[in-house]
Order: sequence, then structure tokens, then C-alpha cells
Amino acid sequence: MDELLLNQFLLLGAILFCTGVYGVIARKNTVLVLMSIELILNAVNINLLAFGAMGNDITGAVFALFVIAVAAAEVGVGLAMVLIIYRNRSSVDLDEIDSMRG
Amino acid sequence: MVAENVFFYAIAAVMVAASVVVVTNRNVVRSALALIVVFAGVAAQFILLAAEFVAVTQVLVYIGAIMVLMLFGIMLTRSRIGRDEQMTNSHWWAGVVTAALLAGVMGYALIENFGDDPLPNDRQIATVDGSNTSTIGDAIFSQFLIPFEAISVLLLAALIGAIVIARKDR
Repeated sequence: MDELLLNQFLLLGAILFCTGVYGVIARKNTVLVLMSIELILNAVNINLLAFGAMGNDITGAVFALFVIAVAAAEVGVGLAMVLIIYRNRSSVDLDEIDSMRG
Repeated sequence: MVAENVFFYAIAAVMVAASVVVVTNRNVVRSALALIVVFAGVAAQFILLAAEFVAVTQVLVYIGAIMVLMLFGIMLTRSRIGRDEQMTNSHWWAGVVTAALLAGVMGYALIENFGDDPLPNDRQIATVDGSNTSTIGDAIFSQFLIPFEAISVLLLAALIGAIVIARKDR
């Protein structure tokens, strides 16, 4: 109990990941699903940096930065898609978006 | 060393509570604000892991840029600002089952494999001037140059794609 364990960070990441998965499955609002995906990506970043600190290696930090960049790109495209769905259907309720027709 | 543990558990408790608020609250804006708390907590954990450059990037990109985008998304789709009784869909129980199973499997695997492995006490990766920013810069522009260029092109393509998708006059 007197020094930081690797598992503390990994378990915290696992809990955040599971909360995010629950949010992706259970939420109705598309923007809230995007937020849950951000939770999942942050959990991944915690794992990357924990293993980087464990192995005393900079690679974990570099890939955490790459994940942050990909998350920014994902949010941009995701919100553009949510906006056009809202414009076409006047709703962002995922239960109503059930056809592949435009 | 004890102080690090105290801070870890205090921040982790706040983060877990805030993440539960993100996925269960009936108010969209409250979920977004709780997500900011989670992001700030993640940045604090990065500092505990001696990755201050990633922590600062986390604050700038996530709290500064992504959350503003999210709030714009909430406003532009006119989600109800306020309580909404119908925020979880009818098969939310499937999410509970999946999350519980995942938590069980991952928790078992982590505790089984990494039991009490301690992190090294000197987590600051050895550098010339004592900061990990220059080490990250060196790594990105030598060893990881091709992934870095690929990410740059991806970001550019995503931004152009977002503009094209969201444009009104098509």
C-alpha cells in the first residue's frame, strides 16, 4: 500500500471502459453515445501510459498522443454526421434511425 | 509514496462517480459537464504517471476542443436542455449485462496477471534536460515519423470530410 501499483491504473481504465460500453449500448441520444466513446478512448489512454511507465518507455506516451488525435478526428466527423441526420429527420434518437435508406 | 496513493484513490473515486453520471444522467448538458470532470481526472492520472506533456495535451484537446464541439452538437441538434425521461433505450439491461461481464473478465485477467506488480519509483523517463516533452518530440520525428504523417493526413481528411458532410448547399 506504500507505492503505486500497475494494477491500480489498469483497473481504473477497465472500470471507465465498462462504463463507456454501457453508455454506448444503453443511451438513446447520438451525442451521448459519442461521449461514451470518448470515455472508452480515455480508458485506453490510461492503459497505454500505465504500461509506458511500467516499462520506462516513451512509446506509450507517443501512442496516447496518436489516440488523442484520432479521437479529435472521430468527434469532428461524428458530429457532422449527427448534424446531417438531425437535418434530415429532425431527431437524433438512435431507436428511430433503423433503415439504411437516406 | 503514501501521498501518491491518497491522490490516486481520491481522483479515481471522483472519476468513476463522474463517469457513472455521464452514462446515467437524464440531463444531456449535465452529462457533458460530468465528462469534463472525467477528462480532468484522466489528466491528473497522467501526471501521476509522469507524463506531463500528454496531460497538458489532454487538457487542451479534450477539455478545450472536444467538449466545446460536444456542447455545440447538443445545441445544434436541439436536444432538450433539461430533464428528459427517455434517455436510455428499452434494452439498457443488455448494456448492464455486457458491462458487468466485461468488468468481470477484465478484472479477473488483470488481477491474475499483474497482481501486485509495483510501478518503478523513478517513472520520469531519462532525458537530457529532465522533461519528457523533448523525448516525445524525438520519438515522434524519428521512430514514429510514418505513423505521425499518417495521423496528420487522417486529421486533414476528417476535417475536410466533416465540412463536406455538414455543408448545407449540396
